[in-house]
Amino acid sequence: MRVPVRARFPLGKPNWPSSVPRPALERRTGVDYDTDWARKPAARVARAVIVDDVLRPALHLIASPTVHGEDRLVGLEAPAIFVANHHSHLDTSVLLTSLPEPFRHKAVVAAAADYFFTTRAKGAMSALAIGAIPMERTKVGRRSADMAAELLDDGWNLIMFPEGGRSPDGWGRAFRGGAAYLSLRCGRPVVPLYIEGTGRLWRRGKKWPKVAKRGEGVHLVFGSPVWPEEGEDARRLAARVENTVAALADEWSTDWWSARRRAATGTTPGLTGPSGGAWRRAWALDADASSRSGRRAWP
Amino acid sequence: MSRPGFVLEVDRSTPPILFHHGEGFRLEKLPAGSRVVYPAEPVAPLKDPDAAIRHALLNPVGDSQPLPSLLHSGMKLTIAMDNQAVPLPPMQRPDNRQRVIEIVLDMAAAAGVDDVELIVAHGLHRRMTEPELRHILGDRIYDSFAPHGLLTQHDAEDHDNLVLVGRTEQGEHVELNKRAVTSDLLIYVNVNLVAMDGGHKSTMTGISSYRSLKHHHNVTGMQHSRSFMDPPNSELHNSTWRMGRLLAGAVKIFQIETTLNTDTFPSQFSFLQKREWEWSARDRAAFLATSKSLDRVPPRMARSIFHGMKSPQRMTSVQAGEVEAVHQLTLANLHRQHLVPVEGQADVLTMGLPYLGPYNVNSILNPLLVMCLGLGYFFNLYRGKPLVRKGGVVILSHPTRWEFHPVHHPSYIDFFEQVLAETTDPLEIEKKFEEDFATDPWYIHLYRNSYAYHGVHAFYMWYWGAHALQHVGQVIIVGGEPRAVRRLGFKPASTLRDALEMAEDVVGRNPSITHIHNPPIFLADVT
Repeated sequence: MRVPVRARFPLGKPNWPSSVPRPALERRTGVDYDTDWARKPAARVARAVIVDDVLRPALHLIASPTVHGEDRLVGLEAPAIFVANHHSHLDTSVLLTSLPEPFRHKAVVAAAADYFFTTRAKGAMSALAIGAIPMERTKVGRRSADMAAELLDDGWNLIMFPEGGRSPDGWGRAFRGGAAYLSLRCGRPVVPLYIEGTGRLWRRGKKWPKVAKRGEGVHLVFGSPVWPEEGEDARRLAARVENTVAALADEWSTDWWSARRRAATGTTPGLTGPSGGAWRRAWALDADASSRSGRRAWP
Repeated sequence: MSRPGFVLEVDRSTPPILFHHGEGFRLEKLPAGSRVVYPAEPVAPLKDPDAAIRHALLNPVGDSQPLPSLLHSGMKLTIAMDNQAVPLPPMQRPDNRQRVIEIVLDMAAAAGVDDVELIVAHGLHRRMTEPELRHILGDRIYDSFAPHGLLTQHDAEDHDNLVLVGRTEQGEHVELNKRAVTSDLLIYVNVNLVAMDGGHKSTMTGISSYRSLKHHHNVTGMQHSRSFMDPPNSELHNSTWRMGRLLAGAVKIFQIETTLNTDTFPSQFSFLQKREWEWSARDRAAFLATSKSLDRVPPRMARSIFHGMKSPQRMTSVQAGEVEAVHQLTLANLHRQHLVPVEGQADVLTMGLPYLGPYNVNSILNPLLVMCLGLGYFFNLYRGKPLVRKGGVVILSHPTRWEFHPVHHPSYIDFFEQVLAETTDPLEIEKKFEEDFATDPWYIHLYRNSYAYHGVHAFYMWYWGAHALQHVGQVIIVGGEPRAVRRLGFKPASTLRDALEMAEDVVGRNPSITHIHNPPIFLADVT
């Protein structure tokens, strides 16, 4: 016996007659999801409660984040574009809960339209909880760029992960030009950040995060704001931002003075790791992780 | 636009005036006709201090070349900096020194300089603790240099690491830190809180030895420094300038000086920045809540609350290059913030002393430091002539507890117990006791290995007030512990009214009174 899947008309929706052409459906998911409501006062209050009273204590338990270099933001006026390397779903929450005021409670997060906004419920959750806005990452589209620029012009801080997604293998990927383009278009600085350790706790492909062991918490290093220089194009600015994040990673793994000296001579280790076979990259990552934490990533 | 400082004539409608009183406050009704000197409001800070620092380093003053052209691979570079004595209270992060040194080091890295050492120029002060160093230098610098032994604190008793550069025509020994003197370039980074700081005095006190310091830190020098906040009329500065010029002939020095505005107190204490008649309901509520709760907590807790306070002071100028040219600009920038014109002297000068002076950061303002803060620093905040006439009376308001920090101020305890019990005459004290304290091996051991001020430092505190002691007829402390006040050679009074009545015995009936509403800091230009 067939079990009816849905209630019949008139209790349920009527069928659409096949002879009648269907009007084009208005897409309300993906990049077309409207997040305006999530920036209204009531939603902002709810988000402030979620960020400060739910996410922050939860992260403290799971990841024990430590913030470095916050002093580099002293005197910086909002809005700004915050960009970081991206290893894990934890990155957004770590970054959002670590942002100092006046940035934290007026921030939107550029989130992948094809991941976070595939259904309206998912989109609503993302928009409410972290202030996500849908960002096209599989093709070049003006719509998401225009929306982000409008929000920046309205004084909203923007959080972006210019690698375009979480790292598949623990190494970083080349930065795309979106953040740099917005910085040039809106005349606002890019604040580079380096996030360390989130990949250990919740790497791509894992369903749930691990709880950080003592001394293995997450670290977040703020860099000095990078302002676009005269005549600079988005590609060069993006490269400069990527180099700055690499220098922050170097600063984290060694010390600031050594990192500055390497940056001055152009010998800062890149974020993307060595080229070559997958095993060689994994091997190098293990060596890198051991040098930083004294702990072997491989058995 | 900040309003300049001014002198208020007290009349019957004037509200009670705020007096700082250690870790507390008093509201005092001053007699009609008294004057109150108010400091200027904080001047606007630099909008982009980092850009201003870069500009100063690339466009130095005097005959100095831009910093990048002085840096090259293979050179020996030493960066010396002021210690925790400035600014007061310690400023919110990032400190001026961190901002400046990070940019200097960035330039050094670009030039490929490998041999870099940082020295805290604390002279005969106590060594700084790790949290204090992290606060003024930031974690990035600390973590880069301290673990490798490249962030050191000057040791004026490490004779293997001191070098005699020479002697001035007046016979003054210029003996300084060996690393600094043997460097290809010595960069000095300061925070010029008051006009006394900076210039050649930075190196001549910060990285020198007792043998050098005693040429300008002595009673005669201080009695002829009128005032030591006015370098052209200060014997302290004349001597350090002579010695500094000798050093500048032997070592390449690049001086970087910064000034601050007087945004001294954080928002919860903002009423301390305001004139009493401008206190809003919120200010009044904050004052009442603060003073009532401070009255009810033990002094130790009140002290820890105050010492946890970080001031929101911001950088107002930065200048770099040749020492004297730099300092001239620094003084002009300081005067822009500090100078308040005052006409004529008074018979009685009153002042409320706060919880903090340069020598008790994270420590106790002991009776000796009360004297130094009142008669040394506050009394000398003048240019021209003192705010009180010769033979006049100074009234200080402070709890003046018989209490010392045993780690920071061990020699102060003995000075207070032994020396002051015998005499309070600075000249006699200098002649009879200084040498013994300065060369005492136990004090030297504590200075070098613990966190103690040098044995002779207690004497300098007394000498700092020598000019005032010579000038005034009587000193009265309101609200102080009587036996501690008497040990200092002063008179105790329980209320300001009593103190004014006692003062009348010295200066006659109906004396003219001037009160200095300090901090925030100012410099009275007395004509």
